[in-house]
Amino acid sequence: MSTTTLSQATPQELEKSHAKKTMATAFNFAQLLNAFPGAFRKLDPRLMWRNPVMFIVEVGAALTTILAVAEPFLGGPQSSGGTPVPASFTWGIAVWLWLTVIFANLAESVAEGRGKAQADSLRKTRTSTIAHRVTGYEASVDPAAERSLTQEVSSAELHLGDILVVVAGELIPGDGDIIWGIASIDESAITGESAPVVRESGGDRSAVTGGTRVLSDRIVVIVTSKPGETFVDRMIGLVEGASRQKTPNEIALNILLASLSIIFVIVTLTLNPIASYSAATVSLPVLIALLVCLIPTTIGALLSAIDIAGMDRLVQHNVLAMSGRAVEAAGDVTTLLLDKTGTITYGNRQASEFVQLADVSEQELIRAAALSSLSDPTPEGKSIVTLADAQGVHVGTSVDGVIVPFTAQTRMSGLDLPDGTQIRKGAGSAVLAWLAEDEPTPSSVLIELETHVEHISQSGGTPLVVACKTSAGVNQILGVVHLKDVVKEGLSERFAELRAMGIRTIMITGDNPLTAKAIAAEAGVDDYLAEATPEDKLALIRREQEGGNLVAMTGDGTNDAPALAQADVGVAMNTGTSAAKEAGNMVDLDSDPSKLIDIVRIGKQLLITRGALTTFSIANDIAKYFAIIPAMFMGVFPGLAVLNIMNLHSPSSAVLSAIIFNAMIIIILIPLALRGVKYRPLSASKILSRNLLVYGLGGVIAPFIGIKLIDLIISVIPGF
Amino acid sequence: MDTLFAIFQVASLVLILALLYHPLGEYMARIYTSTKDLKVERGFYRLIGVEARSEQTWQSYLRGVLAFSVTGLLFVYLLQRFQAVLPYSLGLPAVPEGLSFNTAASFVANTNWQSYSPELTLGYTVQIAGLAVQNFVSAAVGIAVAIALVRGFARRKSGTIGNFWVDLTRGTLRLLLPISLLGAVVLIASGVIQNFNGFTEISTLSGGVQHLPGGPVASQEVIKNLGTNGGGFFNANAAHPFENPNAWTSLLQNVLMLMIPFSLTRTFGRMVGDPKQGHAILAVMATIFVTSLTFLTYLELKGAGTAPQLAGAAMEGKEQRFGIFASTLFGSTSTLTSTGAVNSMHDSYTALGGMMPMINMMLGEVTPGGVGSGLYGMLILAVIAVFIGGLLVGRTPEYLGKKLGPKEIKLASLFILVTPTLALVGTALSFGIPAIRADVEATSIWNPGVHGLSEVLYAFTSAANNNGSAFAGLTANTPWLNTALGIAMLLGRFIPIVFVLALAGSLAAQDKVPATAGTLPTHRPQFVGLLIGVTLIVTALTYFPVLALGPLAEGLL
Amino acid sequence: MSSPRTRIRHYWVALRAMLIFTVALGVLYPLAVTGIGQLAFPAQANGSLAKVGGATVGSALLGQSFADADGNPLPEWFQPRPSAAGAGYDAGASSGSNWGPENADLIAAIEQRKAQIAEFNGVSPGDIPADALTASASGLDPHISPDYARLQVARVAAARHLPEESVRALVEAKIHNRDLGYLGEPTVNVLQLNIALDALKG
Repeated sequence: MSTTTLSQATPQELEKSHAKKTMATAFNFAQLLNAFPGAFRKLDPRLMWRNPVMFIVEVGAALTTILAVAEPFLGGPQSSGGTPVPASFTWGIAVWLWLTVIFANLAESVAEGRGKAQADSLRKTRTSTIAHRVTGYEASVDPAAERSLTQEVSSAELHLGDILVVVAGELIPGDGDIIWGIASIDESAITGESAPVVRESGGDRSAVTGGTRVLSDRIVVIVTSKPGETFVDRMIGLVEGASRQKTPNEIALNILLASLSIIFVIVTLTLNPIASYSAATVSLPVLIALLVCLIPTTIGALLSAIDIAGMDRLVQHNVLAMSGRAVEAAGDVTTLLLDKTGTITYGNRQASEFVQLADVSEQELIRAAALSSLSDPTPEGKSIVTLADAQGVHVGTSVDGVIVPFTAQTRMSGLDLPDGTQIRKGAGSAVLAWLAEDEPTPSSVLIELETHVEHISQSGGTPLVVACKTSAGVNQILGVVHLKDVVKEGLSERFAELRAMGIRTIMITGDNPLTAKAIAAEAGVDDYLAEATPEDKLALIRREQEGGNLVAMTGDGTNDAPALAQADVGVAMNTGTSAAKEAGNMVDLDSDPSKLIDIVRIGKQLLITRGALTTFSIANDIAKYFAIIPAMFMGVFPGLAVLNIMNLHSPSSAVLSAIIFNAMIIIILIPLALRGVKYRPLSASKILSRNLLVYGLGGVIAPFIGIKLIDLIISVIPGF
Repeated sequence: MDTLFAIFQVASLVLILALLYHPLGEYMARIYTSTKDLKVERGFYRLIGVEARSEQTWQSYLRGVLAFSVTGLLFVYLLQRFQAVLPYSLGLPAVPEGLSFNTAASFVANTNWQSYSPELTLGYTVQIAGLAVQNFVSAAVGIAVAIALVRGFARRKSGTIGNFWVDLTRGTLRLLLPISLLGAVVLIASGVIQNFNGFTEISTLSGGVQHLPGGPVASQEVIKNLGTNGGGFFNANAAHPFENPNAWTSLLQNVLMLMIPFSLTRTFGRMVGDPKQGHAILAVMATIFVTSLTFLTYLELKGAGTAPQLAGAAMEGKEQRFGIFASTLFGSTSTLTSTGAVNSMHDSYTALGGMMPMINMMLGEVTPGGVGSGLYGMLILAVIAVFIGGLLVGRTPEYLGKKLGPKEIKLASLFILVTPTLALVGTALSFGIPAIRADVEATSIWNPGVHGLSEVLYAFTSAANNNGSAFAGLTANTPWLNTALGIAMLLGRFIPIVFVLALAGSLAAQDKVPATAGTLPTHRPQFVGLLIGVTLIVTALTYFPVLALGPLAEGLL
Repeated sequence: MSSPRTRIRHYWVALRAMLIFTVALGVLYPLAVTGIGQLAFPAQANGSLAKVGGATVGSALLGQSFADADGNPLPEWFQPRPSAAGAGYDAGASSGSNWGPENADLIAAIEQRKAQIAEFNGVSPGDIPADALTASASGLDPHISPDYARLQVARVAAARHLPEESVRALVEAKIHNRDLGYLGEPTVNVLQLNIALDALKG
């Protein structure tokens, strides 16, 4: 049965659980220990060769070990570059080379282990359930499948297009769309959100996820994904790293690292033939040590850990990426399309003011507005009653009369009182049209109304016109309710940050251009698209992309699907339709459109971490050269001692110290690889300066200190 | 006081180059973007059967480069093989097969390595109809390839990168030929000879006999420098008084070597629509140039080593009229461009001083490098630097609006693999295969011991990087070195060109991404520093071990 | 992809282009330069020949030997630098020694030259300038340093029975300063100095 650990959580607790997850990202010893078995399993060369850099190290380690074993029978360790080496030298190199490989595997294992922990909790939702499959479903004859036969099958045996019946108390066996019925569903297992959500056939709320529980009612569901390929399956695969596909940038980096490795292989392979001319040939262990020190092992060892951890960070933000490519693309986004509602403003507009027309009393307007809103369940409606209350007009809690609900056709809602008076509130044009059914509104009134409407619109508000028709046939416009869009706090700073990062924000809204402009100005977005239809949105994305921009957007409706698919990063809300989820390349389980900003940050962080460790890795080589080169040839050319600027104890100690440093640095950097390099929203130029200083210059200096310290310790070992 | 003269010398070089930078760079940009053909060009296109307005895909462009170069290779080879029957051959016999191959490869690859002593081997016909022609066209090929790459950056969603035959023709006729004509006349006026007199026997002042050489030297000298070719008319190359009679002509030759490679950065900036991008590349080239020159001058001035100390100065292999300053300037210029000409003998430099030309070549001939090849080599390194820098700022790296994805990085990586592989493997084979080593030690190496290792390393570095300068003590006219160096020169020239043109094609096909505040700026000092770092570190890491076995072992005694 | 036919076409184009380039750049261009050179600057174009009484005695740009048939320096002439061109100043075989800084042969040669020059000129070995001890790059260096010329004054004057003062004055007059005042090094052209020396005698 499914886990319900989070089902009772309040939002506060949810916050805490996020905090817990964040704490779990901190690297600890227990994780390291748990990862050890995995690290050893990964020594299998069939797995290792996929990481060419570390594969070279493993081959080197194996060779050195064979040599170490054979040495006693071959008359002790071979001297290198004219310098004798202590008996334990080859073993020392062999051990540390193996450790280098193991440390690299460890990094990957730790990252995977943390993913696994998350996957396990997800997997609990995937336990096999019994599905009631309808045989011979005929939508036209029996849409509710009440008279059809059902057959009990395991959820693992479901196929695409199967029709299922799920009743209250049951787990939904697989991802699908509701084709009949409405139900409240507990999705906490997936989203951690405790409040049940309503899902119904048709429209944008029809998708259901396998592993969630129907709390009430009975629904008919059509299966939209094969078992093993459901949403949760994909998510598990991603966080575990099993179905990790290399992203373009990762491939490119791997190519660069491989080619650097090839250069260094050539450097080492050609060294002895050339050195033979000067009778300065180097022994095999030293040669292998040189190679391992030069090839970019640090980044080679940590690269997959970095990528798994990046994916993991996304999951911690309750975002599921369908591919690593999407995460990478997120870092490159240059245009963010943000829905106004919910992202830029609080979802609901609040009544802030009643503006009556000249020949109407304030009381009259407030009363009419409040009455027409009494039975209006929307936040806007409630806020009108609240405001009326605050202004001293109490209309009670219920009223006689016929409620006229809002419809898309009339774009009005209101109340028909028992005395025949009809009150309506709605968009200006709709209300005027309603009045014009009887007689046109006098132009003087129109002008006055226009002034108020204009004024409210320009300030970013939504004008709601209130009018009534009395039974006596008197039509009157009473006034305007100013509904105010409340822009979330701190947004303009956030958009300024985005601008500094080179990201343009475009607000998408259904509002008219005037309103849109005012809110855009208040929120500080760079641009806006008013009266946006899904087609407009798609066209905007295409236009941006033609200009070479990478576009990210969020969406939830089926009609968002084309735009989501077109966008480079399309984040579907988990509350959305399965069409939207299919079209996008990420799903936000919290259905929080402002998450886009976090997603961009995580994408960038991933790339920066790769770059930082690559730079560090290559910069390290300089110090290693100054340790190894003099050590290799000092026996034949004592003058090269000048290059021993670290003043290392002996050639053997120098080589071993470099190898130990090379291995230790991997372990030391695992936490950084998992946590990611800190990302600050600054301009590229400033970030580059900073990172070059820390990881470039730091990468040059750190090994000089590290190798010297290790050398000080090794120098006390007899023989070295 | 002396140092002041040295600084004046460099300052006047910088001044002349700075004055030329803008007009020459803009002129070259016009040459390669103009849609008009000169009358003589139209006639030429008709004769060779090329439709000048038609554009080529990168594959077709590459096939043009290769077809033209293979034809040139055969042509120069056959001219040498038939020297005995050619006019104006000064009675010299046919050049042997191995040497003919080596020389043909060398001049077609814009390397101008000379395994032979010209006075004793080549007559005037081979020199002017074979070698000098290649001096022009191999340079034009290099510039054409660089321009094709620049077009890759400049164009968007384009399937083509220009027309090779048009680029080749324009580069030759509009750029190299007019400057050469002018330069040749200036050189003659300054004392460089230009005649077809052959050797003239004269009785010297003290009653001895001397055979004064003649030859069409000025016409070849100018293009040898302008096209960063470097093959001398005489064995002593630009140290020969008939090639380089005084310190002024030496400075002029420095200008000729540097003017196109440096100014091409302006052409690049202009063609991609942002001269600042060109300035950044120029800054990288100039910084490394000045640094390297300073080191070499310091080391030669210091004159470390037994022989220089004994003589009182490192004057072995240097001409009195040039002294140390004009020698190190020429040596630096000629090895930092891929010219390889010498006005002093690098083999006789101090140990660490001799390491500098070697390092200059190991940098991959990019600061400023050969005509065209320097620019494309540096742009490849810029691609690598942008890739690392782009990661560091959290964006999929892009350079000049072009995304650097797996394909681009693969091509750039393969490019930087080629020359180190050729240089190191060539040197290793020379010492690693016993039979070859015996031959190399007995026949080729002139200076025994560590210095001999440097001679071989220098030769393969020079060949692989298409420089052509030599630690000239090395006797390279042996079957092994003629073959191995010949192959190294051809592969070192044309394999990178394959990658460059493929990259050009890949970039041209891309759309351009607009730059935002999140884009890595590639025109600031910061990027200049990064690119210098990448250039130096890649070189240092590759060659440090062998340098330790050669010049460092010799110099750090 | 293009057909094999178009690939062959590239070679056909290349061949024609190569032939035309050879005519233009390999024949017409050098002939044009030669024409201009011979018309405008015949002296330079033909090697800046130095003549004494109508007879060509060498090129002002090329160094020549002032030694006897056995290679011993003749005391009555100013001596040029050591040369590695052929047997010495062989204009048909320009070359430096190409000896490296630690080459034993080079070290021995410098030591031997030092001793020989010191003895030949009657000076202290420590006073001999570097150019006198080292072979030039071309082997045809026409110049020596003013110091080396001055060092030889006494010997030449003695051998020619000339007053040392007039020889010294001649040397000072023949010192060529740096080109444009700052390029290169000050030089003395040995051939021109020796020609002037002969004139001094007369």
